[in-house]
Amino acid sequence: MNRRKFLLGGATTAGALIVGYAFWPSHRIAHSNLLDAKSGERFLASWIKIADDGAITVVVPHCDMGTGIFTSLSQMAADELDADWAQVHAETAPADPLFANGPLAEGAVLDLASIRGDSIPTFLRGPAANSVRVLAEFMDVQTTGGSSAVRFTGVYGMRVAGAAVREMLVKAAAARMNASSDEFHTESSRVIHASGKSFAYGELAASAAQFAPSAHPKLKTRSEFKLIGQPVQRLDIPSKVNGSLRYGIDVKLPDMLYGAIVISPIFGGKLVSVNESAVAQNRGVKKVVKMDDAVVVLADRFWRARNAVDVLRPVFDHGGNGDVTSKTIRDLHQAALRNGKIKKDKTVGTGYEALKDGSVVERFYNVPYLAHAPMEPVNTTALYKDGTLEVWAGTQDGLGSRQFCAKAAGLHQDKVLFHLMPSGGGYGRRLPGLWNFLTYAVKTAMAVPGTPVKLIFTREQEMQHDYYRPNVTSRMRASVNASGMPTAWVNDYTTDGDSNSEAYIFYGVPDQAYGLAKVDIHVPTGPWRSVEASWHGFFTESFVDELAHEAHKDPVAYRRGLLQDKPRYLATLNLAAEKSGWGTPLPLGHGRGIAMMECFGTIVAHVAEVEVTDDGAVKVLRYTTAADCGMAVNPNGFKAQMEGAVVFGLSAALYGEITIDHGAVVQQNFPDYEIVRLGECPAIEVFVSESDAPLGGAGEPGVPPVAPALTNAIFAACGVRIRELPVKNHSLTLASRQAAERIPSPNAEEVIETNA
Amino acid sequence: MAIRLNVNGIAHDVDVEPDAPLLWVIRDELNLTGTKFGCGVAACGACTVHVNGKAMRSCSVPVGAVANAQITTIEGLGGNGGLSPIQQAWIEHQVPQCGYCQSGMIMAVSAFLAANPAPTEDQLSASITNICRCGTLPRIRAALAALTETKTKVKGGAS
Repeated sequence: MNRRKFLLGGATTAGALIVGYAFWPSHRIAHSNLLDAKSGERFLASWIKIADDGAITVVVPHCDMGTGIFTSLSQMAADELDADWAQVHAETAPADPLFANGPLAEGAVLDLASIRGDSIPTFLRGPAANSVRVLAEFMDVQTTGGSSAVRFTGVYGMRVAGAAVREMLVKAAAARMNASSDEFHTESSRVIHASGKSFAYGELAASAAQFAPSAHPKLKTRSEFKLIGQPVQRLDIPSKVNGSLRYGIDVKLPDMLYGAIVISPIFGGKLVSVNESAVAQNRGVKKVVKMDDAVVVLADRFWRARNAVDVLRPVFDHGGNGDVTSKTIRDLHQAALRNGKIKKDKTVGTGYEALKDGSVVERFYNVPYLAHAPMEPVNTTALYKDGTLEVWAGTQDGLGSRQFCAKAAGLHQDKVLFHLMPSGGGYGRRLPGLWNFLTYAVKTAMAVPGTPVKLIFTREQEMQHDYYRPNVTSRMRASVNASGMPTAWVNDYTTDGDSNSEAYIFYGVPDQAYGLAKVDIHVPTGPWRSVEASWHGFFTESFVDELAHEAHKDPVAYRRGLLQDKPRYLATLNLAAEKSGWGTPLPLGHGRGIAMMECFGTIVAHVAEVEVTDDGAVKVLRYTTAADCGMAVNPNGFKAQMEGAVVFGLSAALYGEITIDHGAVVQQNFPDYEIVRLGECPAIEVFVSESDAPLGGAGEPGVPPVAPALTNAIFAACGVRIRELPVKNHSLTLASRQAAERIPSPNAEEVIETNA
Repeated sequence: MAIRLNVNGIAHDVDVEPDAPLLWVIRDELNLTGTKFGCGVAACGACTVHVNGKAMRSCSVPVGAVANAQITTIEGLGGNGGLSPIQQAWIEHQVPQCGYCQSGMIMAVSAFLAANPAPTEDQLSASITNICRCGTLPRIRAALAALTETKTKVKGGAS
């Protein structure tokens, strides 16, 4: 599924842009104060509250799922505000249209090249801003995804709001002294007059709130930043080391019942029967709620509900999909590419025609279904009472969740209150379109009006009723010239959705074509950390590596040859190669592999170093990462995201696989969905190269090059080319390692030559 | 029949089945929600607590088996609301991301380091097998290195 499409889903607003995000008419501010301001504090513009005691609260229209955005967004607001960082706090915005994060949705339709980190484009300013904001509210968007929080909410929301509030505080001070605003400057939460007299923000806040925020306040240039670019400690971490942070699963209400669910193992299967009498006498069991495709047991404690649902022995029908297996799925994908109709997508130059020239190299690649497997299994608490619905859950869109729950309950949105809770991991699992947990919880709550219920998926239900990273097959073809360089590049791939823009390569190949073959399988799919780039990164970077080896060229040198007019890409590639010691000798059985990808505005190159042991085991020794995200708002936080991406990507590349048998998911829990643990975790070194490019994302871009860097390294170590993930399904032998010795080693002279 | 549980130095008598999992009794009966549910089959370690000083995965411990034992959860680790050196190191090294696994991670590490103040890399790898989906492992390793180095130094200085 295409995340960009869903973000814009239904809204025919392409081209309509933001922001003037600070600009709120006074009635909006009044409404915000009613909704979200405590005694002694008030909103001065969107997102920013200042209290009489000087406490500054940044109201974040996103969920905290671990990427550190509450801190980086606060840094962006506080920097423009010249706030004293020690007085800055962050909190989650209410799931109310007032706090829609329109910039995210609008940003998805912006031409990225037109966004500059230091300025708000003029076309985004002025009278249009407010009407477009209303548009954003109609879209009910408060999404966290697409590595977008800093890039859009931060750049177009937080910085503008911070700068606008700073100007209001200056105006308030000027009014008090009956002086001109330009006689003041601001520093560390104080407005300071040229005479030396100064006011704390807290004492000015109430009078500053009487001024209207400007839609286009003066913003700082990069050289003026004090907090943006600093590795400040994350605001949320103290509550995450002492157990005090309350996640969705920790919600508790008086007289609450706990729900355990069993959903039809085969997607689309319907509930036929349950043995209700088997649990009638169980202690604490209150009710069995039967649904179309699931059954829930409500009990006074979770373990009692869970034990009971096991003995209900629900029977489901097959929904017509009882014969589907991973093999039948694989065959369908292969057939679609080999014999099916390919729908043409983008063409560069002469496209497919160019394959007639030169010698053609063809390879097939495949990636499997993957589960998100966040550590906190999905869960929802809901109370349906007197025609209103109140819901607590960790999702990646609070406002959208409210609307979704209203629809599921058949209520008007005004009758629904949604509390967005911190999430124990997301990676896409909690995005709109993946909300089966909300649906089941709302239905359960409506079966027991007046009683709050907390529905928790067991790990087994979470694993078997996710919306999976799609299984995708690619047929890559290239024409190469006499020196082995590609002159034509064709990527035809299978999809259960639309065309994938992440398939388009940044390498300089004159003729390119992209096509898709539709395959419809009953397995639900959804965005998984880095979305399309998670598969196209593997296809593109495996294929480039194969072409390099076919041409007997060093993989780094070969890529350099294709990046001559792409300085940012070249610099990132070179940084990763240099820091990894690329080209220096390694022991027998060791190998290095490189891969790079750009997505969500950030370029990432990884060099993996592996050892393939005598008994065929793969040891991942180190990853050297270079990333160009324009500028990291919080460099330490950015590095953490890159490190996390390597571990997340490695779990998928080495072990990750959801397989299907008799129409249902085979994997049940972590023992058969393995995750990289401490002992297997490679050393990871991250180097951030700054450029004048717009701010790039952090949460996702590190993931796509992880798998191809690994498989390229495995090839270098033992001569086995892995074209289907995960690695665990391939046997790597000593013989294959010996074969690797026969692979011509990269020509050192060539490296130097192309480097020049 | 009530079961006596000693958790973070406080005695509780809970009226639950002896085979109820310790995890859910801690969370739902005692309202100590810092201990997390991750897998229910002792595979991920998110539910790790100390039972008489040893790390145990509470989702798979029947409450009847730990009656009268001394149980410590993340809420009681620092004592008097403070932070243990391990929790401090977690802040120093900015370890958590989503944070959901970290209670269990910290409990596993603290029990392990108490028994093995100067562990080898292999001992650590074999003993700390908790799952973190966000991928905080490199920082956990860095925090562990600092913690064990500090201990070694202190030890060295004293001898």
